[in-house]
Amino acid sequence: MAIERPKKPAGKRIDEPTGTETVGHEWDGIEELDTPMPRWWLWTFYATIVFSIGYVIAYPAWPMIREGTHGVLGWTSRGELAREVARAEEEKGPLRDAISPLPIETLPSRPELMRAAVAGGRAAFKVNCVQCHGAGAAGSSGYPNLNDDEWLWGGDLRAIEVTLLNGIRQPADDATRTSLMPAFGRDGILTPARIDQVADHVLSLSGKAQGDVAGAQLFLDNCAVCHGMNGAGNREFGAPNLADAIWLFGGTKEEVVQQISTPRHGVMPAWSHRLDPVTIKMLAAYVHSLGGGEDFVEVAADPAVQVDERP
Amino acid sequence: MDTVVSRAGLWLALLLLAFAGAALAHDGGFAVHMGIVAFAALVGLWWTVGSADYAGIAQGILRTPTDPSRYDDDPVRWGMIATVFWAVIGLVAGLLIALQLAYPLLNLEPWFNFGRLRPLHTSGVIFAFGGNVLIATSFYVVQRTCRARLAFPGLARFVFWGYQMFIVLAASGYLLGVTQSREYAEPEWYVDLWLTIVWVAYLVVFVGTLARRAEPHIYVANWFYLSFILTIAMLHIVNNLAVPVSIVGSQSYPVFAGVQDALTQWWYGHNAVAFFLTVPFLAMMYYFVPKQAERPIYSYRLSILHFWSIIFLYIWAGPHHLLYTALPDWAQTLGVVFSIMLWMPSWGGMINGLMTLNGAWDKVRTDPIIRLMVMALAFYGMATFEGPMLSIKAVNSLSHYTDWTVGHVHAGALGWNGMISFAAVYYLVPRLWQRERLYSLRWVNWHFWLATVGIVFYAAAMWVAGVMQGLMWREYGPDGYLVNSFVETVVALHPLYLLRAVGGSLYLIGALFMVANVWLTILGKQRVEAPMNEAAHDPAADRPIVAVPAE
Repeated sequence: MAIERPKKPAGKRIDEPTGTETVGHEWDGIEELDTPMPRWWLWTFYATIVFSIGYVIAYPAWPMIREGTHGVLGWTSRGELAREVARAEEEKGPLRDAISPLPIETLPSRPELMRAAVAGGRAAFKVNCVQCHGAGAAGSSGYPNLNDDEWLWGGDLRAIEVTLLNGIRQPADDATRTSLMPAFGRDGILTPARIDQVADHVLSLSGKAQGDVAGAQLFLDNCAVCHGMNGAGNREFGAPNLADAIWLFGGTKEEVVQQISTPRHGVMPAWSHRLDPVTIKMLAAYVHSLGGGEDFVEVAADPAVQVDERP
Repeated sequence: MDTVVSRAGLWLALLLLAFAGAALAHDGGFAVHMGIVAFAALVGLWWTVGSADYAGIAQGILRTPTDPSRYDDDPVRWGMIATVFWAVIGLVAGLLIALQLAYPLLNLEPWFNFGRLRPLHTSGVIFAFGGNVLIATSFYVVQRTCRARLAFPGLARFVFWGYQMFIVLAASGYLLGVTQSREYAEPEWYVDLWLTIVWVAYLVVFVGTLARRAEPHIYVANWFYLSFILTIAMLHIVNNLAVPVSIVGSQSYPVFAGVQDALTQWWYGHNAVAFFLTVPFLAMMYYFVPKQAERPIYSYRLSILHFWSIIFLYIWAGPHHLLYTALPDWAQTLGVVFSIMLWMPSWGGMINGLMTLNGAWDKVRTDPIIRLMVMALAFYGMATFEGPMLSIKAVNSLSHYTDWTVGHVHAGALGWNGMISFAAVYYLVPRLWQRERLYSLRWVNWHFWLATVGIVFYAAAMWVAGVMQGLMWREYGPDGYLVNSFVETVVALHPLYLLRAVGGSLYLIGALFMVANVWLTILGKQRVEAPMNEAAHDPAADRPIVAVPAE
């Protein structure tokens, strides 16, 4: 086949603007200069290779049959982590050792320990608690606000620690905080009309609605056993105070009716299965420090047996 | 007539097969996908047996010039249109997910939440926009630099349409929740199989054209294109080895597990960056920069050395995505040292591109297309310096999992891949449609500035965000306890996320200038404006050697 080539620009030539010779090839008008590699480029390339050779001698690098070479520095990523953790533990060790044997209610008498415990608790809170209680511990619908002085299960240091250790409504934990509000609507205990009356009465406790006698009577018959005659709540059952402006699941008529008909029940993990006792003490100290912490009142001779969690 | 009958038979068989697949489908996603395949087969059948001259109608709509003696440019022209189209889709998806990160309210469940739109964005810009510009320019460049028409023109058309089919199946799958959850390799097994077929066809067309060349040597751009096609085939097949749950279902399980799976994925993921976003775009650079600058390539020797060193080194760098993980230390070291050695080989491409302008630097002032190319090479240089730096363990322990990585990727993607592609589109469109010049070079200039300012907003915001995030995560108070919770770092990032969205919008507006410019150029219009410099084009020389009759 007769293929006619277009005339090449005479192979090699000197490129005028740069004064460099071309290689002599040409593709669709594109030529190439025969410039040598820039020296700085070449030497930097060599330098990175030399660095890499040094690196693979110093650090674990060459895969062998059973494992890789260890490198002359003996460095491992797991070893580095273990060292860093050990160093941090060592720094915190004396503090933790000091807090560990103390009953939590005696912490406030050691201000320097209390301050350190609050700092540690703040950090642990950011990792473990903010997901539900929020970054500022202000909670949200269904998750209690920890900044106020309303406590479902008790707000002194000991009570908060117990709550943290055993969690809320954790069937696997014998000492867990637990209670169950009947589903007055779903289980047909009260008719919708009556639930409506009770809801009005509940709202009237904080002045948000007009209650009537029938509602008050229904409340006395069905609710007062846990929430108290005047709706002030009962920490033994984690029954919220219904007479103030704080609402766990919302304070509109609709939300109160829903909670009476088909109650929702909050849960919290038993942290004793996940965190060490000192961290839990620190968390309790932090939560207690948020503003609503109550003083611990000793009422029994042996505090390990009988502790009153009411202020 | 026989070919019409057998072709129609093929379409019909595919149609029935897809119908059966849809009817027997194990899940909704698979059924929808088979429906899409059936629809495509129906269109193909109609096209084959219909009496109307559909090809002629399409030529009329696309204003395609016809000249059988010239190069086979139809797939390139379609590729240009597809490039511009998918660029807009990919960028809009990107802007939307940027806004979703700033305002979670914009997550429209379930089809348009972040988790489904994010792969749509990444695949949209990498594989739809990037893939189309690469296939189109490779078909253009290989013909010119081999002085030969495409081998297997039918197969080349199959590559184009088959690749669009892959994109449609992948993108619709993401929105339907069909994904194998491997970053940049989300499509499920049957879409992967389809892409394998298309990719092998692509290889055959490309190598066939190289074999038919009327030039004694293979031009450097074609080395880069060929390594891209070969390596992507290997990466794609190994990383997508999976066992389908059902032959008519859209789920599968990978054959690798645990840390082996992670390493396979990042061997693939990093080499997608290497052999999809670096190597073939360097091929584009090696053709379009000397053509537009009308200057010889700076150094032939450098092109050889940096080509082979990139090919050899890049493939080992994947483990740097898994530093400080369960990956054995020796493999992490491998990732670190190969990334550091990559620095100069990567820069070889930048040097060869920029220094090609020796003797033509004045064009940076006068030619907006050259300006796009120079900025692309500058961002390429920045990103390929940043890459090795981020691979150093001490830096990585700060940067990993932060938005710094996002900033790094976008400096490369928006700056390097985007800008060099836009330059190629602006170079090609007037030549492919035989127009005297673009509708408006000044609009190219607008595009350049919008994109540049957009990238600066984007990258700067993400650098600050990433470093801040990394420092906040590791901040310890005097008592030895962490200072910040995760959500506090998210709150701190909010203003930077807004700045990122501003940068993305500017970049998108620039791309819309390109859409209008390309469209009006194809229509044959010219904006009345003060002229700017553009490279000369000699239509007489733009022809394959084999087609020149011996006079």
